[in-house]
Amino acid sequence: MNQPRTASTLSVALLIARKDLAIEYRTRSAFFASLVFSLLGVSIFYMVWDPTAVRPIDIAPGVLWTIFAFAGLLGLHRAFGLELQTRAMDGLLMAPVAREAIFLGKALSNLVYVTSVLAITIPAVVLFYNLEFGSGLLILGGIGVLAAIGLVSVGTLFSSMTVHTRFAELLLPMLALPFFIPVVVPAAQASAKLLVGGALSTVLPWIQLLVAFDIMFGVACVLVFPFTIED
Amino acid sequence: MTSPDPNRPPGATPVCETVDLVRRFGRRRAVNGVQLTIRAGECLALFGPNGAGKTTLLRLLAGLLRPTSGEVRLLGRPLRGGAVADRGRVGLISHQSMLYDVLTVRENIVFAARLHGLADVDGATDATLARLGLEGRALSPVRALSRGWQQRVSIARAIVHGPSLVLLDEPYTGLDVAGARALTALLLALREDGAALALVTHAVDEGLALATHAAVMLDGTIRRIAPTADVDAQLFAEEYRAMAMESVA
Amino acid sequence: MSDSAVSSLPSTSAGRASRAPVAVFDWLMALAVVAIVAAAARAIWFTPPEALQGEAQKIFYIHVPAAVVGLYMACPLVAIGGAMYLWLRDDRLDRLAESSSEIALLFLSIVLLTGPLWGKPIWGTWWTWDARLTSTLFLWFVLVGYSVLRGAIEDREQRARYSAVVGIMGALLVPFIHLSVDMFRTMHPQPIVLTPDAVTPGKARLSPEMSATLKYAFIAFIALFVALLRGRLRFAALRDRVEHLEAGDA
Repeated sequence: MNQPRTASTLSVALLIARKDLAIEYRTRSAFFASLVFSLLGVSIFYMVWDPTAVRPIDIAPGVLWTIFAFAGLLGLHRAFGLELQTRAMDGLLMAPVAREAIFLGKALSNLVYVTSVLAITIPAVVLFYNLEFGSGLLILGGIGVLAAIGLVSVGTLFSSMTVHTRFAELLLPMLALPFFIPVVVPAAQASAKLLVGGALSTVLPWIQLLVAFDIMFGVACVLVFPFTIED
Repeated sequence: MTSPDPNRPPGATPVCETVDLVRRFGRRRAVNGVQLTIRAGECLALFGPNGAGKTTLLRLLAGLLRPTSGEVRLLGRPLRGGAVADRGRVGLISHQSMLYDVLTVRENIVFAARLHGLADVDGATDATLARLGLEGRALSPVRALSRGWQQRVSIARAIVHGPSLVLLDEPYTGLDVAGARALTALLLALREDGAALALVTHAVDEGLALATHAAVMLDGTIRRIAPTADVDAQLFAEEYRAMAMESVA
Repeated sequence: MSDSAVSSLPSTSAGRASRAPVAVFDWLMALAVVAIVAAAARAIWFTPPEALQGEAQKIFYIHVPAAVVGLYMACPLVAIGGAMYLWLRDDRLDRLAESSSEIALLFLSIVLLTGPLWGKPIWGTWWTWDARLTSTLFLWFVLVGYSVLRGAIEDREQRARYSAVVGIMGALLVPFIHLSVDMFRTMHPQPIVLTPDAVTPGKARLSPEMSATLKYAFIAFIALFVALLRGRLRFAALRDRVEHLEAGDA
């Protein structure tokens, strides 16, 4: 009749990601909260500096990527939190699916979430800080995706651990932020160059660092994840 | 719903077997040396006071917990540390619903079916929904259902993939008379299909009516296990109550 | 971790018979402390100060050995112990990682405290964001996170697994921090100051007395590290043994 068979890792990952995004879409509240946090943060940062002493164009990159790091952190809890509420995670663990597929699915849904927030935060920064952007904006978008991949890899891994602890909201930032440095620094430095009209070649070293980080940590997190959900 | 492997003669390899199973949590031994065998078509009713280790035992049988020592075998193969494909033959109904509240009944079942790689996802989903009387509620979000109906959805999710072993943790809690009757009928049907069942319950009458074997668990060990045919329901109920009182004292 | 490690095991005959009696007086620790004091004395009274920097430069004899032992001996043990634990599932490896992490935290704290104390009188700045100091700082953060995570998890096995994961990730992070900071500094040249690099062994011109003092300081710190590690490992082993006994495993 219906003999179960093992589905491929990628298709399971997509299945899980789609399910998470369907749930996110139904409630939407988390996404809007992250978005509002981002916009508020960007606004607050603008107002705490003296715009005559420091030019907005100098602050903008730092603000964008700092807010990105924290907004990203805030959004990471949902991924595993929703599985723990009703123990739905047990269903995932009892299925004939590779553990890595669970990680990839969660990371993918986190990635969509974070890049969506970024897709609105970047224009907001351009708006609030009165920035001029030419074709550099496209490259900035690319950098955003690379940065999001790095953030989400490490964040998904650590959130799968902290979700079991008592003070998860504090523990996750504490563990994850050091790992965001090699993501935020290249992103911010590259953005600063692009803002003053730098060519792609000037930001290439930073992009290469981001790519290296993404590959290294992407692979490491996938390999190490099964150890965090064993029991 | 369940189709036993046609290549295996019934009763040859036990569906579920434990060998000296121990599970420790820090300083506490929740399961302290359990030997169990459950064959296809059998149903083990597991009684015991709270804290006896019954839920831990079920989770070990489901493969969700790693034994501290000893082994759990499913269809002759070790449950932990085996191939990915060896998983997916167990269905668990626990205290928690294991459902996604925000999604509809149908979406939850379809997700479980897809996760288990079923070939005919829609067919299996429709059949399971029908079996549990959920067709009328298929498009409701799970959180809009009452506890009894959510229970049915949990059961549907647990059996859609035709598991060989079905584990139930106090499934009668919160069900009304009609719900309880429907559940008993379903479990008997699953038994007839060749699935092995393990049922943790405090409802002595329902448990004994349904089970082929009855066991009492206390402080992590199985104190008494017997085929229900040999068990006098009233006597058993009294003995069980006495044992439970003793363990509290 | 005191000099006199007294056994606090509840006395069970099973426990005592199978283990060697715990030393009442920790000789190695005493030796290490004496070595540290001797090296310090030598540094303060018997080594000439460096020409340009004056007496404050002598913090160098604490700062550098602490950095080397902390970064290159203690930290790798955390990551390697964790990785091996995930492979072999031996509790001793987790105890090794756990103990090394605390000692690494201690030594890195010394580095981070002595750095500014050295830097301010000599170069006028409390802090410099060079690759090594920055890596040390972030490694310190990772180790604090490691300890807090350990404290937040009750189940022994889960705690060991999670710590191992963080330890491995932390090890992978270090080269990236280095790279980020180095690239940052190449693109934004800092004013040329005498960085700690300028006076590390191999790069600086040290007089023979200074080299000797540095060598003694290294030996003393390594002895301290080994003594602390051994003491801490013992404590961890005893603690785990108590837990086993209370759970009823003989």
